[in-house]
Amino acid sequence: MRRLTWFNATSLTFGFAFLYLPMVLLVIYSFNESKLVTVWAGFSTRWYGELLRNEAFLDAAWVTIQVAFVSSTIATILGTMGAYVIVRAGRFTGRTLFSGMIYAPLVMPEVITGLSLLLLFIGIGLDRGMFTIILAHTTFSMCYVSVVVSSRLVTFDRSLEEAALDLGCSPMQAFRLVTLPIIAPAVVAGWLLAFTLSLDDLVIASFTAGPSATTLPIKIWSSIRLGVSPEINALSTLLIAVVSVGVIAASIVTKRSALRQEAEERAAERT
Amino acid sequence: MRRAVLILVPYLWLLALFLVPFIIVLKISLSDIALAIPPYTPTLDLSEGWAGIKAFFGALDFENFWFLTTDDLYWKAYLSSVQIAIIATLLTLLVGYPIAYGMANAPDHWRPTLMLLVILPFWTSFLIRVYSWMGILSNEGYLNQFLLWTGLISEPLTILNTPIAVYIGIVYTYLPFMILPIYAALERMDGSLLEAAEDLGCSRLSAFWLVTIPLSRNGIIAGCFLVFIPTIGEFVIPSLLGGSQTLMIGKVLWEEFFNNRDWPVASAVAVILLLILIIPIILFQRNEQKNREADG
Repeated sequence: MRRLTWFNATSLTFGFAFLYLPMVLLVIYSFNESKLVTVWAGFSTRWYGELLRNEAFLDAAWVTIQVAFVSSTIATILGTMGAYVIVRAGRFTGRTLFSGMIYAPLVMPEVITGLSLLLLFIGIGLDRGMFTIILAHTTFSMCYVSVVVSSRLVTFDRSLEEAALDLGCSPMQAFRLVTLPIIAPAVVAGWLLAFTLSLDDLVIASFTAGPSATTLPIKIWSSIRLGVSPEINALSTLLIAVVSVGVIAASIVTKRSALRQEAEERAAERT
Repeated sequence: MRRAVLILVPYLWLLALFLVPFIIVLKISLSDIALAIPPYTPTLDLSEGWAGIKAFFGALDFENFWFLTTDDLYWKAYLSSVQIAIIATLLTLLVGYPIAYGMANAPDHWRPTLMLLVILPFWTSFLIRVYSWMGILSNEGYLNQFLLWTGLISEPLTILNTPIAVYIGIVYTYLPFMILPIYAALERMDGSLLEAAEDLGCSRLSAFWLVTIPLSRNGIIAGCFLVFIPTIGEFVIPSLLGGSQTLMIGKVLWEEFFNNRDWPVASAVAVILLLILIIPIILFQRNEQKNREADG
């Protein structure tokens, strides 16, 4: 049944060519000498040099990394709490509203989230800057963390926790020693997702950023609206490289740990 | 006590930064534009007590919503957003299904790699993926260079800044959302069902229509919603690839806010957009619920 027919081979070839060709072209042409992006004029790393000398881009990149790190960390804590509440807390007043608020930001158009947060910040007189972007990013990415973590919590065997409590753990200890290690992969995945969502976000950041803080996507946006530019190609290549290395490394690590777990389980069965 | 803290912290956060902002949008959509800071009236003045509150509510009206119906820019933008979203979703299905099918029928040891290859673009910056098409589709772009070189065309085609470019951009960026649920459905399918259909006299094509498609229905529905819902409010793709020809409501809202500085109208546009989205969102939730029940 599972064999590669010519139809499947063609659809996979064309499908992946479609997915990857645009990015491959971007990478190739980032090494183009010419200022005219679409005309090849020889190999050069000139645009990478210009990029590294461009302080506005470097500043924006630093702001973006700070925002992403802080917001994804807070979002992971809040999102994990949220997942716990959804899966474990049982009934309480306003539960429907709570789960609605956890899922709604996932389907809310970014323009609306951005607009509403901006109107709130102006309403309470909060100056826009890095702090407001962090608040905004935390709010929408905590919902993604909740979804990821709760899918893991649902399959979690509660008797493990109860055993820990019976053996004299405090609830906090039981969480730290039993629950957290088991849901850890989901928490890490949630953090990574929140981090990339924040790195990537243009629309919400544009609404909530002030003149004092510009993120990298806002900077990229303002320069590509006028058309393609070789510097942006170089920047894109760097970002694509970082993401690819990260994703491939993460997948190798998860595969290894899955194999190790399998081996341990098999060993445990034998004894 | 501990339980109360656990519930209250995320609850209050979401109330303050999700629900309250939305109520503010609703309120401003009922206000009037004004040359002031903030640029709308009325503002609630609690120092005047009950009379102030009464005056505040008295000044709210549906004027902005009325305005949206009189200027045909808005309803055309809503209509064309829905239309673009429907066509783009169908195109994504047409492109995505064969890929998901190919993945599900690929040799077992290939599949983790193929999965990784589908997920990888999802982690890459959305903005950059859209941007990469600007260089391909422009008049001097790689596609036109290639077509001119093969001699298929003698004049460069205008694709960038047309709706076609918007469709290409949507299909490209949302493809993983379509492939993954369909792949998940196809992967679980029992291959012997197809053999049974063929033994009973189905041709391979009719076995595909009568067995494979119905069994992957839930994946198709989930994928379509995952593409359709975010596409309606899309801003980046129509702005970068669609030019001035393509009218989409996310872009209208952005321009109303940043260029025209008309906050009340921008808020009214947002409220209507949300009302349009509620129907597909409820349908999607119901489909997910049904899938979960079928699994459990």
